[in-house]
Amino acid sequence: MPSLKDLKNRITSVKSTQKITKAMQMVAAAKLRRAQDAAQEARPYAERMGAVINGLALSVRGSDSAPRLLAGTGDDKVHLLVVMTAERGLCGGFNSSIVKVARYRAHKLIGEGKTVKILTVGKKGREQLRRDLGDYLIGHVDLSEVKRIGYANARDIADQVMTRFDAGEFDVATIFYNRFQSVISQIPTAQQIIPAPVDEDAEASALYDYEPSEEDILADLLPRSIATQIFTALLENAASEQGARMSAMDNATRNAGDMINRLTIEYNRSRQAAITKELIEIISGAEAL
Amino acid sequence: MADTMQFDLVSPERSLASLRAREVQIPGAEGDLTAMPDHAPLITTLRPGVVRVAGPDGEAAFVVTGGFAEITGEAASVLAERAILAAEVTGAMIDDLVAQAEAAAEAAPAEARDAANKVVADMQALRAAVGA
Repeated sequence: MPSLKDLKNRITSVKSTQKITKAMQMVAAAKLRRAQDAAQEARPYAERMGAVINGLALSVRGSDSAPRLLAGTGDDKVHLLVVMTAERGLCGGFNSSIVKVARYRAHKLIGEGKTVKILTVGKKGREQLRRDLGDYLIGHVDLSEVKRIGYANARDIADQVMTRFDAGEFDVATIFYNRFQSVISQIPTAQQIIPAPVDEDAEASALYDYEPSEEDILADLLPRSIATQIFTALLENAASEQGARMSAMDNATRNAGDMINRLTIEYNRSRQAAITKELIEIISGAEAL
Repeated sequence: MADTMQFDLVSPERSLASLRAREVQIPGAEGDLTAMPDHAPLITTLRPGVVRVAGPDGEAAFVVTGGFAEITGEAASVLAERAILAAEVTGAMIDDLVAQAEAAAEAAPAEARDAANKVVADMQALRAAVGA
């Protein structure tokens, strides 16, 4: 049975923890709004870009002059997995859920006899993957110094991926990130970026004139489109991270509240018990006289 | 014939302009062009240059560093990698862009050297175009 002093100390410490989680929740809420706005602002560009590329890809695909970023290397032996996670923890299952999806994919590919290479963005994913897939990690992008993700960050990552692609280091590239659904739900997503996937159902934009030729435009746009997709993923990830942190911290605050209630009841009971004990002692002492 | 069309200028990070325009001058990769309402549908890539918009609410100019434009009869959309309001462009910014382009040209493989040098020239021409 802990003494009254111990209980009091525990209550104080849980209370200060609760203050911290509460503050973190509010910070996350503010950052979430900013991250959501950023994701919203970036959407028109990404959507237009996607639509134009898709239209071009539908008409160019199949021709011999199709750029390699669209047609692929004709092989799918070496896979590059770009795993994007957060730089910080304390955000619930956010990092683990991305890593889980990426790990499952990696093991599946290895099981099929393919070669896997992993590029990590964000410290947390790297730490988790190093345990069992350490040999496959080929690079890491550190965003811990970045306060606000800009297009330049995405382009740096894209440049790195493209340089490796041009050097023939891999055949297929897939990015892993959390798509933001709502504060309580983020969906771990795997999205293939190289070779560029083509949506068959979209209507071909045959009515456009192209200047210069379709192939040239496509060759110019595909690298930009990869940067754009990575940028979108980074923004979605940032919003998801804050959302996940917000709900994790909300839970933690509530748990701390429950714990304080429980400890307070225990404290009051023991205090009452101690008083009763003292009273009994006094009364029985008085009776004995 | 409608006398205005929708003009949108978006960069990856945000949308910079969305307004009605009478005409839009676009620095296309194969030469400047002006889009007016009922233009034939066209998609063109951009070279570094100045996009000028004239509409019922006045004129505006933006410096763009590349990207593409999608023109239809009713709308002109410019998707620029980087776009800055021309009035806000300073000489230092252009110096920076020129330096970047030169570094890229330096690093470019032989077959891409001509294209990279053209980008440098376009960047230098920007200075005169915005008078910075």
